[in-house]
Amino acid sequence: MSMAQNTYLMFLGCAIPYRVSAYEISARKVLQKLGVELVEMPEFNCCGLPMDPVSHEMMLVLAARNLALAEQKGLNIITLCPGCAGTLKKVSKTLKEDKALRDEINSHLKEAGLEFKGTIETKHLMQALVEDVGLERIKGAVVKPLSMLKVAEHNGCHILRPREFIGFDDPEDPKTLKALIEAAGATCLDYMDETECCGAPSVGVNDKIALQLARDKLNHVKTVGAQAMITICPFCHIMYDTNELRIEKMFNEAYGIPVLHYPQLLGLAMGIPAEELAFNDLRVDVSKVLNLVCEGKK
Amino acid sequence: MGEEMHKPIKASEIDPKFKYDIAKMHGGEKLMRCFQCGTCTSDCPVARFSDTYRPRQIIRMTQLGLKDRVLNSDTLWLCASCFTCTDRCPQDVEVASVIRVLRNLAVEQGHVPQVFKEQASSILESGYAYKIPELRIKKRESLGLPPLPKGNPASISKSLRKVGFLKHVQGKGE
Repeated sequence: MSMAQNTYLMFLGCAIPYRVSAYEISARKVLQKLGVELVEMPEFNCCGLPMDPVSHEMMLVLAARNLALAEQKGLNIITLCPGCAGTLKKVSKTLKEDKALRDEINSHLKEAGLEFKGTIETKHLMQALVEDVGLERIKGAVVKPLSMLKVAEHNGCHILRPREFIGFDDPEDPKTLKALIEAAGATCLDYMDETECCGAPSVGVNDKIALQLARDKLNHVKTVGAQAMITICPFCHIMYDTNELRIEKMFNEAYGIPVLHYPQLLGLAMGIPAEELAFNDLRVDVSKVLNLVCEGKK
Repeated sequence: MGEEMHKPIKASEIDPKFKYDIAKMHGGEKLMRCFQCGTCTSDCPVARFSDTYRPRQIIRMTQLGLKDRVLNSDTLWLCASCFTCTDRCPQDVEVASVIRVLRNLAVEQGHVPQVFKEQASSILESGYAYKIPELRIKKRESLGLPPLPKGNPASISKSLRKVGFLKHVQGKGE
């Protein structure tokens, strides 16, 4: 495997530096240990997704701007946020296929001396792990298989849909995150409505609907007896972890289901000390899971 | 929109050109393929908990040319953009994208939810959609994280100069 394939421009997005540091901390630790080199973006602007509802044009310019900056560096982008990955993938494909639109967007970028050429690719963490690092190398790095853990995965929407633009996993039966969880030695349980939306995009528009969606999911995860939920999206994580207590109060439920960022899980399996994986940042008590992992070591 | 949806339709409300306008826009091209099967609504996670949000109805109203009812409706903003409807539509209508096109048009008519104005001005000021507290940026070092890449407001403003939406945003950096 060439070195180039294992060097990426790290595209952090907005939500992660704003309030989901644990995801970034654990992802960087794990990637470093797996020999993936990260180069920081030279400058940053939002991927554009949050602006799409109000201005598709603004979204296209913002996304193309990031792609043009990455092209100047000659590196593929890795993102931790599926929203950023989905947007950059979608815009790149659209602009490559639609010359008229590409010219129009480039006329915006030209004002700032930039140009989208379509020479680089964007991958989400999960895709980079499976396609470039490879499951075998990940399994090889696991020193403490988490066979004591039964967990449930939650992909979220934007890493799966629309199929036409994302397309590396089956949106109706996604397997990548399951395979990655199993590579860490844990059991990944099936449950009802696995591919349903977490509700995060509806927060602020209609909180009750948003929280009902998250509650449904937590109910299904609880029903199958998962000891933890594993996410790969900062927004989904906020819905289930940050908002779990709020959901419990609003609907008079009790879950106590810890929600781990996938690299936190993998990091434990790779023998990275729990203190280095930012478990303190999680809102829902994760000590049961950590105790199980520690006991498993004995 | 719930009650409004069931008001009788007056011929004067109908804009027969509306559907063609939508079909000309990126993402709206396949609007006319919809034959009202209802897969979108039955698979919609938001419709499950909302009494008013029904993507099939929005598509039909758009086809009928009920422009003002559609664009003035609050339910337009309930879509969570999960793209389940788009993926499962047997007629290949990009339902979520049609809804996005409608939202963009509603915005052109001045219906801009406040949160988007705030995010847009934050992007213009810092590159980031949220105002990241200085403390958090400083804390990165003690967490062992590299410095946060900075935005380039001057360059971002130049790139966005011709974007029409920014007329709705205060302090657009020019």
